[in-house]
Amino acid sequence: MNQIDMSLIDWSRAQFALTAIVHWLFVPLTLGLGLIVCIMESIYVKTGAEKWLRTTKFWMKLFGINFAIGVATGIILEFEFGTNWSNYSWFVGDIFGAPLAIEGIVAFFLEATFIAVMFFGWDKVSKKFHLASTWLTVGGATLSALWILIANAWMQYPAGMSFNPDTVRSEMTDFWAVALSPVATNKFFHTVISSWTLGAAFVLGVSAWFLLKKRERTFSLDSIKIACIVGFVGVVCSWVTGDGSAHQVAQKQPMKLAAMEGLYEGGTGVDLLAMGVLTPGKQYGDSKDPFIFKIPVPIPNFLSYLANRQFDSYVPGINNLVNGGYDTPQGKALSIEEKIERGKLAIGALADYSRAKKANNEPAKVEAKKILDENFAHFGYGYLKSPADAIPNVPLVFYSFHIMVILGGFFLILFPVVWFYSKKDKISKMKWLQWICILSVPLAYVTSQAGWVVAEVGRQPWAIQDILPVNAAISNINAASVQLTFFVFLILFAVLITAELKIMFKQIKIGPENKDVKNEEKLS
Amino acid sequence: MENSIKKISSFRDFIYLYIDGFKNLTWGKPLWIIILLKLFIMFAILKVFFFPNFLNSRFDTNEEKSEYVSKELTKTHIY
Repeated sequence: MNQIDMSLIDWSRAQFALTAIVHWLFVPLTLGLGLIVCIMESIYVKTGAEKWLRTTKFWMKLFGINFAIGVATGIILEFEFGTNWSNYSWFVGDIFGAPLAIEGIVAFFLEATFIAVMFFGWDKVSKKFHLASTWLTVGGATLSALWILIANAWMQYPAGMSFNPDTVRSEMTDFWAVALSPVATNKFFHTVISSWTLGAAFVLGVSAWFLLKKRERTFSLDSIKIACIVGFVGVVCSWVTGDGSAHQVAQKQPMKLAAMEGLYEGGTGVDLLAMGVLTPGKQYGDSKDPFIFKIPVPIPNFLSYLANRQFDSYVPGINNLVNGGYDTPQGKALSIEEKIERGKLAIGALADYSRAKKANNEPAKVEAKKILDENFAHFGYGYLKSPADAIPNVPLVFYSFHIMVILGGFFLILFPVVWFYSKKDKISKMKWLQWICILSVPLAYVTSQAGWVVAEVGRQPWAIQDILPVNAAISNINAASVQLTFFVFLILFAVLITAELKIMFKQIKIGPENKDVKNEEKLS
Repeated sequence: MENSIKKISSFRDFIYLYIDGFKNLTWGKPLWIIILLKLFIMFAILKVFFFPNFLNSRFDTNEEKSEYVSKELTKTHIY
């Protein structure tokens, strides 16, 4: 580990990012389309109208394709933890164990049991039992997401734990502090609800394609109306939970917030940026202006409000966070240099503790444990070479954040506009709006992925915020083996995505089952 | 239509739901082939040959693992 190869870290991170990005192509559609299918089937059970059965079956088929192709892609991430990130896996074992075990047992079995009824049980179970199975399958998928997101939130805000130097593991001291931390609750609602928006955009896009092809008018208009309602509720709630997430980031990960805003020099009453263009090559410590140009949102001092719920409050920038010295509720902020020193003290104390334990020297053990506990909050800083290492990739985080927010604004307008024009069936003649709906499908994915880039790249250099950076979390393995498996995954994922798109497009082209289509059109 | 079809009333019927479902697969058939192929590649090839658990493959006991990780984490000059 003395000479950990940076290419090993970079390839391991690239491999993890690739797997997570591909996994996240499938998950939000499962959650979002799943909810829409549940609503459609509920309408069918309530009204008994056969057109809703047909509509439900079509979207359920697309849900099934996505579910089947995407199933188990997340397990690859666990393989990577064990092989590429073994120090991390050992370090967090007790914390991750509980949520992932619950996810595996409860959620997986719930999904696996009821998805069979969902697809094989039409006409074999009662309508209400089938509907319950559909809701339970989608509920199981959402529960899966809950436990994974709790584990991820703990990496952003390691609450409810204590470090045991005997086992070199973090141990859970308070399950509810982990499960209900403000970061976890905000992350869960923001992630799941924004997935509803993605599912709604998917339904909107596919329905608009049918309208463009002058097919399935009634089916498309019915689907669009449901999608617009789910999408609008989803996007409004995503804005609310996004505000909550950003507030938590400001409190728990101020460096991430500074990167999200490209904020190098903080201050009181800071504006939130609507958009801007960063100066290329800008680095911490140089004299370049961070922006070529920037456009603040029309509400003055909004970043201060978002961060601290006060318009005149202080928000530290990257330079302030590195240099420290500003006032916080806990006292004067430490500089990164000071945190690095404290981190080194903590790491040294862990080494002393191990030596004292081997030598059976109880007083030395107690003394080392005391120093470790006093400095553990900065443990990870001891692995940083310089203060600049504590700064994430600012352009990537900044642009991802603003792309997510701008597209969030686009969807906030899109759903009510489409709902308005679909209500009186004007959309059937509006090709430009149909095309916008179709293009909104990839845009929804861009929004969703950009959110994860903000969350994960913004956390860098940390695997666990302030406690364990990625360069200490990595296994001491050969970079070439990680490169090889990176390309194996690239091929595997390319095949999976191609298969998904091919099967999905084929079923979309076939359209809803044609039985009684003419009658349905007449009826409607 | 619902009344003409035998509804599930026992665990046996529930098992037959699966059996009949798999027997009568239409558009789902390629999906199941993909799922099985994917699981085979993941668990029989990738997990076995490319993703051994780093610590489990080197150490037998938790004490050995924690001692190793402790040594790794206390070597501070990483670069």
